[in-house]
Amino acid sequence: MEPTETPVPPALELRGLDKRFGSVHANRAISFSAARGSIHGLIGENGAGKSTLMNIVYGFYTADTGEIWVQGRKREIRRPAEAIAAGIGMVHQHFMLVQNFSVLENIILGAEGGARLQGGVARARAELAELARTYGLEAPLDEPVERLPVGLQQRVEILKALYRGAEILILDEPTAVLTPQEADQLFRMLRRLREEGKTVLLVTHKLREILAVTDRVTVLRQGAVVAEVRTADTSAAELAEKMVGRAVLLQVEKTPARPGPPLLEVRDLEVRDAQGTPRLRGINFQLHAGEILGVAGVSGNGQSELLEALAGLCVPSRGAILLAGRELRPAGRGAESRRALGLAHVPEDRLRMGVVSGFSAEDNAILGYHNAAAYQRGPWLSRGAVRQECERKMAAWDVRPPQPAMRIGRFSGGNQQKLVLAREVDCRPKVLIIGQPTRGVDIGAIEFIHRRLVALRDEGRALLIVSVELEEVLGLADRILVMAGGEIAGILGRAEATEEKIGLLMAGITGAAGSRPEGSPP
Amino acid sequence: MSAAGQPAGRSRWGELILLPTINLVAALLLSGLVIRLIGESPRQALQLMLAGAFGSQEAIGYTLYYATNFIFTGLAVAVAYHAGLFNIGAEGQAYIGGLGVGLVGLVGGNWPFWLVLPAAIVAAAAFGAAWAFIPAWLQARRGSHIVITTIMFNFLASALMTWLLVNILIKPGQQSPETREFGAGAWLPTAQSLLGRIGLTVAASPLNLAFLLALGAAGLVWAIIWHTRWGYALRVTGENPSAALYAGIAPPAVMLLAMLASGALAGGLGLNELMGVQHRISLDFPAGAGFVGIAVALMGRNHPLGICLAAILFGALMQGGSELSFDLPHVTRDMVVVIQGLVILFCGALQNVFRARLRRLGLNL
Repeated sequence: MEPTETPVPPALELRGLDKRFGSVHANRAISFSAARGSIHGLIGENGAGKSTLMNIVYGFYTADTGEIWVQGRKREIRRPAEAIAAGIGMVHQHFMLVQNFSVLENIILGAEGGARLQGGVARARAELAELARTYGLEAPLDEPVERLPVGLQQRVEILKALYRGAEILILDEPTAVLTPQEADQLFRMLRRLREEGKTVLLVTHKLREILAVTDRVTVLRQGAVVAEVRTADTSAAELAEKMVGRAVLLQVEKTPARPGPPLLEVRDLEVRDAQGTPRLRGINFQLHAGEILGVAGVSGNGQSELLEALAGLCVPSRGAILLAGRELRPAGRGAESRRALGLAHVPEDRLRMGVVSGFSAEDNAILGYHNAAAYQRGPWLSRGAVRQECERKMAAWDVRPPQPAMRIGRFSGGNQQKLVLAREVDCRPKVLIIGQPTRGVDIGAIEFIHRRLVALRDEGRALLIVSVELEEVLGLADRILVMAGGEIAGILGRAEATEEKIGLLMAGITGAAGSRPEGSPP
Repeated sequence: MSAAGQPAGRSRWGELILLPTINLVAALLLSGLVIRLIGESPRQALQLMLAGAFGSQEAIGYTLYYATNFIFTGLAVAVAYHAGLFNIGAEGQAYIGGLGVGLVGLVGGNWPFWLVLPAAIVAAAAFGAAWAFIPAWLQARRGSHIVITTIMFNFLASALMTWLLVNILIKPGQQSPETREFGAGAWLPTAQSLLGRIGLTVAASPLNLAFLLALGAAGLVWAIIWHTRWGYALRVTGENPSAALYAGIAPPAVMLLAMLASGALAGGLGLNELMGVQHRISLDFPAGAGFVGIAVALMGRNHPLGICLAAILFGALMQGGSELSFDLPHVTRDMVVVIQGLVILFCGALQNVFRARLRRLGLNL
C-alpha cells in the first residue's frame, strides 16, 4: 500500500478488521484503502471472507476489532442506516427491489422525506433527473420494476444508492445475472461514476472483470489480505495464483470430442408453469455419446426448466425425451426411474436440492440411491455399507476432510459438489446432466471438477452442462446451446462460438451468423 | 426444521444433556419464585414434589404410568416431525385409538391373553392411524394445513366419543357415560403382578405392561427412523422436500405414511389407560396427554431416548405435582400446570437462550 501523504484521504480505509464466527476466523486483520475516484476490486474464492468484509462495512455485522475510516474520518458502523449516513451504498447480488412498485417508488422507499408522499416525490424526480444528467443513468421512473430487464433493475439499485448520497458504492458480484453485453454496459457506467469522483468497490470472483475495470485490486485468501496490487501491473494467472495459493490452470485441457451415437434426444419439448405460462418452447436437440453440450444463457431463460424436465422433476406439457432411443415416461417416480435407466442429474442449486444440509456426508452420499440393494441388509439399512461407500467416494473424488460422519453443511462448497458428483457418476450413467457444475466452488476445486468432467466425456458418456459462467461453457463444451426466453436461440459448434456471438444469442437476437436451430454434432 | 434430529459434529453431550439440564434448572428456579410469591417455601415444595414422584415404590409406579402415556404421544409427535409435519392431533388420535382398544376389551374379555393383546395392539394402531389419515390425506393431496386439520380432528374425536359413550356404548342402566368393565382376560398385567412372578414384591400402582410396550415402541421408532430406507426417505422429506423429490421420493406418500405411523403410536395410549388401568372406556381418558406429548417431543429433541427421559420428567411433574397440591394449602393443581408451562417454555421455546453464553465459555455447541 502506498503511504497516504496526499492531502486527500482515501474514500474508504479499513484498519485491522477482524471477525470470528465461533471457531471460524472469517476476517483476519484486514487492512486496505480505496482512493477517492477509483474502482477498487476485491477478489477471492468463495469463503475467502469477501462477503463478511462487505457486510461489516455496510453494517450488517460488527467487526470484533478494527476500524473503518470514511473520507478521513473514523466511523462507527453498526447498522446499514449508519453506513448510508456515512455515504456508503451497496448493490446486492440479489436485488432488493419491490417488484410491483415503480422505479421511482423503489428509489424513494425508506427515504420518502416526510409523512406526505407528494412533496418527496416531486423532489425525488428533480434529483433523479439531475443524477441521470450527471452520470448518464437514465431509468423509466414510472415503469414497474418487474417489467424491466435485469440490467436495468441493477441500474435502479445503483440509483437508489446514489439517491441516498452514496460516495462509495459497493457492488457484490454484479455481473452474475448479466449477459456479457450488459456487463460491458455496467462497466461503462462504473467508469463514468469514477470520473465524477465516486468510489466503487467491486466484489467478485471473476478475474476477467477485475482486469477489465478496476484500478487496484485486493486479493483475499482464507480471510486475510494476501496481495494488493495495481491492476495494470498484474495478470489473470498471477491473481488466480494469489487467490488459490498455487499456480492454476485457467484453460481446460482437452482433446477434440469424438462424438458417438445420440444418447439423448429432445423433441419439441414444452413446459408450462403452474399458471400455464410456457417456460420452455419448441426445444429440439440431440446429445451424443462422448460430447459435452454446454447450455448458455442469462439465468431464468428456461435452463432450470430444461434441467427439471430432463431429470423427470416436472411433467412437460408436450414433446418427448428419448434416452438411448427409448421414450421416457413423464409420470410416476420420474427421478428414480430415470436414474435406473442411466440418466443422472446434478442439480443446479445444490443446497436446495442436491444435498440435505442437516445430514451427514454419508447419508447424503446415498440420496436417490438409498433403495439400492447394496445398502440393504434384510429390512435394515446397512450403516456399515453406507459408510464404506462414502469413504470410497471420498477417496476417489478427493473430498476433504474424508469424514463420512461430518455434517455436509460443514464441508466447503467445492467438497460438497465433489461428493454430489461422485454420487451421480458412480452408477455409471449414460447421460449426465449437470446444472452449474462449479457454483460456489473455489478455483482449485473447479480445476479438478473440470478435468473429471472431460474425463467422463472421453469415457463415452454424454454430458449436458448448464452454466451461467460463460467462461465455463466455453472452456468445457464441444457444442454450445444458447437459450433465450425459453427457446433455443441457437446451437453453435465450439469453433464458431465467440463470446460476442453467444452474447447476442443470449439477448434473444437470433439470426447471428452460424447458428443452427437443429442440433447436430460438428 | 434443522434444529432437531442428529446434531452431528457438535458436542453431543452438551446438546443432549448439558443444555436441557440448564434449561430445566432455570425453569425450576422460576417455578420456585412463583411458589414463594404465593407464600409457600420453594425448598419444601421441591422436596414434596421429588418425594411425591420418586419417594416410594408407589410414587415411582405412578410416575412411570403417566410417563407411559407421554412416551406414546411424544413418539407420535416426533415421527410426524421427522417428516416435516406438526401433528397437534395426538390427543384425538389417542382418544379414537382407545376406542379400538376398548372394543377389543369389550368383545374379547374372555379370549386367551396371547390373542387379546395382539388384537388390542392392532386395534389401537389401526383406529389411531385411521383418525390421522384424513388430515394427512388432506395435507398430502389438497394442501390443507395439517396443524389446522389435526386441531379440528381433536374436537371431532371428542364429540364423536361423547356421542358414542352417551348413546351407544354406555353401560345400560347407569348415568355416567362409560362402558361396562372389560372381562378380566382383557386386563394388562400390572407391574406388581409381573414382578411378583419373578419373586419381587412391589407396592401396588397403576404401572402395567404397557410401559414395556411403550419402551418397545420407542426402540422400534429409533430403528425405523435411523436404520431403514423408509426412515431415510422420511427424514429427507422432513428436512428438504425438494431434495426428496430429486431423490425420487414422493413426499406426499411419505407424509401420508408418517401420519399413519404417528396416529398408530398415539393409539398406544389406550393400551395403558384403558386395558392397563381403567378397564373400561371412559369420557376424556387421554386427559391432555396428547398435548403434553408435543412438549415431550420438543424437549426430547424428537429422539426416542430423549422422549423417554422427557416423558419420565413430565410424569414426575404430574405425579409430584398432585402430591404437592395435597400437602400444601395454597398450591392447587393449576400450579402444576404453571410449572409444566415453565418447563416447556425453557426447554422448548427458549431452548437456545443459554447456548450463546455457553459458547462464549468455549463450548462447541
